Amino acid sequence: MSTTDERTSSTGPAFADRADERLVEDSSPGALLRGFLRRMRSGDLGMVPVIVGLVVIWAVFYAQNPRFLSSRNLVELSLDSATIGMISVGIVLVLLLGEIDLSVGSVSGLGGSILAVLLVYQGWPLLTAILAALACGIAIGVLYGLLYTRFGVPSFVITLAGLLALLGVQLAVLGSNGTVNLPGDSWIIKFANFWFLPDWASYALAVAAGAIYFAGRVVTIRRRRSLNLSAPSILSVAVRAGLLVVGLVAMAYYLNIDRGIGYMPLLWVLVIVLMDQLLRRTTWGRHVYAVGGNEEAARRAGIAVDRVYLSVFALASMFAALGGVLAAGRLQSVAQSSGGTDTNLMAIAAAVIGGVSLFGGRGSAFAALLGMLVLQSITSGLNLIGVAAEIRYIVTGAVLLLAVTIDSLSRRARKSSGRF
Amino acid sequence: MTTSAPVLSLSGIGKRFGAVQALSDVSLEVRPGEVVALVGDNGAGKSTLVKIMSGVYTPDEGQIVFDGRPVTIDGPKQAKELGIATVFQDLALADNLDVVANLYLGQEHTAGGLLDEVEMEASSWQLLRQLSAKIPSVRIPIASLSGGQRQTVAIARSLVGAPKVIMLDEPTAALGVAQTAEVLNLVERLRENGLGVVLISHNMADVQAVADRIYVLRLGRNAAEFAIDDVTTEELVAAITGASDNVVAQRAAGKGTRA
Repeated sequence: MSTTDERTSSTGPAFADRADERLVEDSSPGALLRGFLRRMRSGDLGMVPVIVGLVVIWAVFYAQNPRFLSSRNLVELSLDSATIGMISVGIVLVLLLGEIDLSVGSVSGLGGSILAVLLVYQGWPLLTAILAALACGIAIGVLYGLLYTRFGVPSFVITLAGLLALLGVQLAVLGSNGTVNLPGDSWIIKFANFWFLPDWASYALAVAAGAIYFAGRVVTIRRRRSLNLSAPSILSVAVRAGLLVVGLVAMAYYLNIDRGIGYMPLLWVLVIVLMDQLLRRTTWGRHVYAVGGNEEAARRAGIAVDRVYLSVFALASMFAALGGVLAAGRLQSVAQSSGGTDTNLMAIAAAVIGGVSLFGGRGSAFAALLGMLVLQSITSGLNLIGVAAEIRYIVTGAVLLLAVTIDSLSRRARKSSGRF
Repeated sequence: MTTSAPVLSLSGIGKRFGAVQALSDVSLEVRPGEVVALVGDNGAGKSTLVKIMSGVYTPDEGQIVFDGRPVTIDGPKQAKELGIATVFQDLALADNLDVVANLYLGQEHTAGGLLDEVEMEASSWQLLRQLSAKIPSVRIPIASLSGGQRQTVAIARSLVGAPKVIMLDEPTAALGVAQTAEVLNLVERLRENGLGVVLISHNMADVQAVADRIYVLRLGRNAAEFAIDDVTTEELVAAITGASDNVVAQRAAGKGTRA
């Protein structure tokens, strides 16, 4: 077949993955932009809607009240996002399988309660109490996983039952007092409120992140070249790494004007980076996406599907318990209402707003980060301009509906243009 | 072409489901570098026979000889380990994953605990080139491929474990003209690579285009066996429907003694 497409036929050595003449490959900025627009039109939106949303929200609130984008408010925002945001990491995993966990709020409340009661009433060391809370979360998730895989009960129902039952357990654990204050000198409170990275450490971390990214990419590029596969130029990777460092340093600088980067938000982001790596670069992560995309195909390919479900439910509940522990530290106490009201829905909404498909198999761990920032920005912004709670709920609901609508529409567009 | 020893041979296979004798005394042989077509009407026992060869069912009676050794196939996994790969009709691909991920699904290559994407991508191209397969990129999701390309990926995936026999269940059933031709080319490529191919199909034109020999099953029995060069479509249809059972059976018997 002769082709008139000069761009592919004339570009240097034929890499194994660039041999097909139908492959339109052009790396000029204009072509990259066109490719981006084409992907958007075909419904492959990824994280674009949430990033656009975040920019719009920040611009609107900044116009209403410039204090919204002050260092102080952003540091506060980061601290407030981390607790429910940690729960949302687990929700991302569950949604990737096309399942749901409605009980994360109750599990987080129970996790916080176990921590508080073991620490205050039983006199356990703090670390042991935290580990006990996390272990309890894992046990709950394993139970969900067994109920799902053994008896085929829909996760919706299992976790709805868990929502109620575990709320009862939480009340029982807390006992008649109902509220337990953590000792003011325990490090979990400092960790969640008062510990911030020193300025130099935040910059060092930013540079290290860029260096690790660069080194990782260079190793990959070398290997691709050695196996005769096309690879981006070292320069383009260096530019990206440079931009990453500049962006992170700028962010650190701006936050450092106030208190800086808190330990708790840092833990949250590190957990998200870790989960992202696990999802994209390990066999387990590949199997999570496969089960979410086509469970039958995964089973026939010899994947232990049940084990994937079990591990994901266990991780989701563990992250929920961890979120509860962090919330206990942040609020310095645990009460009967801990993990109640909107914790559940905020955690689930964050993942969906972040671009994780409710239909399974699509999404990234970073959805928890961006989605939570959107929700917390709305809360913080509305508080700042003095709007009552009822408006906040309505706005949050509208944003969630918008996100799910975008998900459904993009799924339809993907189907009509031959993408999943 | 078909002088070498069979890589897979079944003889006297019987399978009963309750009161239904699905297969009785069925025989089939596949040699390396040979395409054997398995045709028959609905309910003739094709699927049952395929499932026996791919380890989903165990036969009640009869013998399976693979590579010169009598074997029992206890499950799909064991069939795969022996070297019998099956591509079922519904392909079972994960639409949200790219071609590389699908090819190595469940048998991912790793290095230091992490997926070795570069190595898998390089071997994917090797595998696809071996089939002269037309896949524009291995980094696009399966969902954006055509039906023929998906079939290609499914077949390529079955080759990952270096099997000796590959069974294709209705590979052209849902495909257009050009895509069907693409898959038939692929089948020929498998033959050139020395694999024994068992092709299950309803489409006489496809069967006659690529098969070396044709087995006809009817009501759970071997109704006829033809070499491709001396069979007409009419004779095939007659054998499948049983319209002129006697003639066909005689012809088949004649061929059996000749070989």
